[in-house]
Amino acid sequence: MQLSVIKKKALGFAEKQGLVIAFLLLVIFFSIASDVFLTYGNIILVLRQVSILGIIACGMTFVIIGGNFDLSVGSLTSLTTVVVISLHDKIGPIPAMIVALLVGMLSGTLAGYLIGYLKLNSMIITLGLLGVIQAVTLIYTGGKYSRLTDPDETWFGFIGRGFVLGIPFPVIILAVVIIIFAVILMKTVFGRQLLAVGGNQVASKFSGIKETRIIMLTFIASGLVTGIGGIVLGSRIMAAQNYIGEGYEFQVITGVILGGTSLTGGEGNIFKSFLGILIVGMLMNGFILLGFPYYTQWVAQWVILVVVVWIDIASKRGKVLA
Amino acid sequence: MNEEQIILEVKNISKTFPGVKALSNVNLKVRKGEVLAVVGENGAGKSTLMKTLSGVFYPDHGSGGIILDGKTVSFSNPLEAKKAGLILIFQELSLVSELSVAENIYLGNLPRTKRGLIDWRRLNEMAGKIMADLELDIDPRELVGNLSISRQQMVEIARALSMGAKVVIFDEPTSSLTEAEKEILFMNIRKLKEKKVSVIYITHKMDEVFQITDRVEVLRDGQNTGSLVTAEVQLEDITKLMIGRILDDYFHKNQAVKGKEVLKVENLSKAGLFENISFSIRKGEVVGLYGLVGAGRSEVAETIFGARQPDSGRVWINGKEVSIRSTEQAVKIGIGFVPEDRKEQGLVLKMSCKENISLAKLPWIKNRGFLDTAVEMEMYEEYKDKLSISTPGAYQKVVNLSGGNQQKIVIAKWLSMTPDLLILDEPTRGIDVGSKAEIHKLIAKAAESGYAVLVISSEMPEIIGVSDRIIAMRSGRVTGVFTDAEVTETTLLKAIAHV
Repeated sequence: MQLSVIKKKALGFAEKQGLVIAFLLLVIFFSIASDVFLTYGNIILVLRQVSILGIIACGMTFVIIGGNFDLSVGSLTSLTTVVVISLHDKIGPIPAMIVALLVGMLSGTLAGYLIGYLKLNSMIITLGLLGVIQAVTLIYTGGKYSRLTDPDETWFGFIGRGFVLGIPFPVIILAVVIIIFAVILMKTVFGRQLLAVGGNQVASKFSGIKETRIIMLTFIASGLVTGIGGIVLGSRIMAAQNYIGEGYEFQVITGVILGGTSLTGGEGNIFKSFLGILIVGMLMNGFILLGFPYYTQWVAQWVILVVVVWIDIASKRGKVLA
Repeated sequence: MNEEQIILEVKNISKTFPGVKALSNVNLKVRKGEVLAVVGENGAGKSTLMKTLSGVFYPDHGSGGIILDGKTVSFSNPLEAKKAGLILIFQELSLVSELSVAENIYLGNLPRTKRGLIDWRRLNEMAGKIMADLELDIDPRELVGNLSISRQQMVEIARALSMGAKVVIFDEPTSSLTEAEKEILFMNIRKLKEKKVSVIYITHKMDEVFQITDRVEVLRDGQNTGSLVTAEVQLEDITKLMIGRILDDYFHKNQAVKGKEVLKVENLSKAGLFENISFSIRKGEVVGLYGLVGAGRSEVAETIFGARQPDSGRVWINGKEVSIRSTEQAVKIGIGFVPEDRKEQGLVLKMSCKENISLAKLPWIKNRGFLDTAVEMEMYEEYKDKLSISTPGAYQKVVNLSGGNQQKIVIAKWLSMTPDLLILDEPTRGIDVGSKAEIHKLIAKAAESGYAVLVISSEMPEIIGVSDRIIAMRSGRVTGVFTDAEVTETTLLKAIAHV
């Protein structure tokens, strides 16, 4: 009797704090397995790597809470990076950044209109869009590699490479985006309406909530933060390859789902999404430190995703039976 | 009672959920070929008992047992219970709509040819025989999805028979049936009786208890409170056992002075759904919209609320002509809508009581751009008291509340908006007698506090009980308007029935 109570409490704790526990276990594991892992240099490296994914994950969390997926973020990262780099020398850094953000939002508006208002399946729409945006990128560049003519002459590099008080600037951008999105989700009418729409679209409509607009806005938000991600990425490498964002969608979605955002919508937490992204980033980093080829991460990511989705389903089945 | 006749006996069953004792030492005896009603308010434990019987739940460890046909049984899943002859027909039917009637009946047990393929000829023959046996004119090859709900129910009964059912449990079987379809269901239940199959009939509806059952078992708070022979008791005897008190004011007539016209609808039409609907509602008036399921009542209400767009027609609110394009606009204009399907349309089940109550009012409870959770909490406290919603707390998810309390949450959501027009679509469907009376009172109170109220209901006593005026609909048209003084059950039935 006593033991079963303890067991129950332990299980409840594990369920609530499982992500933090998993994170800590990974940190312990990698720091034992590799001497470099816990060094300042490597921590900064991981943080800079995950900052772009983390920024995009904020928008993705909104999209998934709304009950949808946005698979177009990978190629949209490529496109916005190419846009900001290629326009930088022509119209100046600030206008180039604005154009990149507008391109992101335009893509989000298109996806959001088709999915929110016309109620088309988000997987199919954004999977198709992934290809379309990649095509647009290649048409725009003619397949050429874009770069800045004189990288040392511009402050633009600060966004991706700079430091403030020893903290990489992308991490600061990430923190700001996380806080803004978390406040929107938890403290505003829009956030509450989004949770309601994700929880039950029909009931939300019958409560006078414009569910179509809410869904569209989640995709616009996703496009916007992907634009920010593209700018940071462009600034970090001061150049743009046509396929640079390939596979980002999978890493971002893995992180968000790992963060406990419900696959059926209606539940999610921005901070936990970030923790999920951090785990994904740490795994990538740790694998490389341990000398595994980079492509083994893909297998590891998939395995994690299977486990997380299985836990998600199992906990729901448990609830149904209880 | 002759012990040999007992087909199913439940002895001292208890079932505990975290924090709740859902059943405590419940006993039940079912005789061969009888129809036993199990009645009780929501939360009394009826559904839990049936799910425990049919293997969905385990009873508490060491808490008595189930004896089926003389043998002690213990099922670990519904399939085992089915194989033993104990079949539960759920509120939500469990047929596969893309398969044929015959396939559904023999699903999991399809006859095969020697090569291992499905033997369609034999399958349809076997299914046809069962249909003939039950005197049903359903083609075994018809897709289940093409059948009406009541005919699907018949298929469920046929399936139960094909599995060699000894006891069939019906859980609220008439909740989506029309009067005529109900008669067909009762006919089939009588046929089950003739075949010496026992029936357990779970219901909220007292008239059905008297129409079809032989005995009544009453549950309250997870305990037996009485075992009665239907023919020997009155309605009051049963309700008294169910709720522990007598309901003297089941219907509460609204005493409001009628004011100016709040809603006026003229020639509202939507192809295939309704045609030339015209009526009006005044301030303080309760208007009932009565008709069979499928008569177009809900569709008219949803159109007024902006959830559907009409082909033609005009709508005035408070004397001003409006064209409502969205539910958002309807809410702004001052219309509230309690939809027919509480769980699908009324509530976000994952959200808490507090969050569901404030759902429609969110844009108006802002403080410097942010959601004002203090105001939200005040709203919850106010309506919890006003509507006597029984819930453990503001953060309790609504999925855990009883049907009656869930419905009160939906009503609270709209009362908090103080709408000029409140529409309630089947406001008491699937909720217990006690909560029903409370909701009828709430409707009257809403009218007295100056709302115009439109109530849609399939229950005749309810619509007559609460309305000042009744509009009858049939096949998408208005077929009669009756004032409270002139309406009788007969005239109303004539107006809605297919002739």
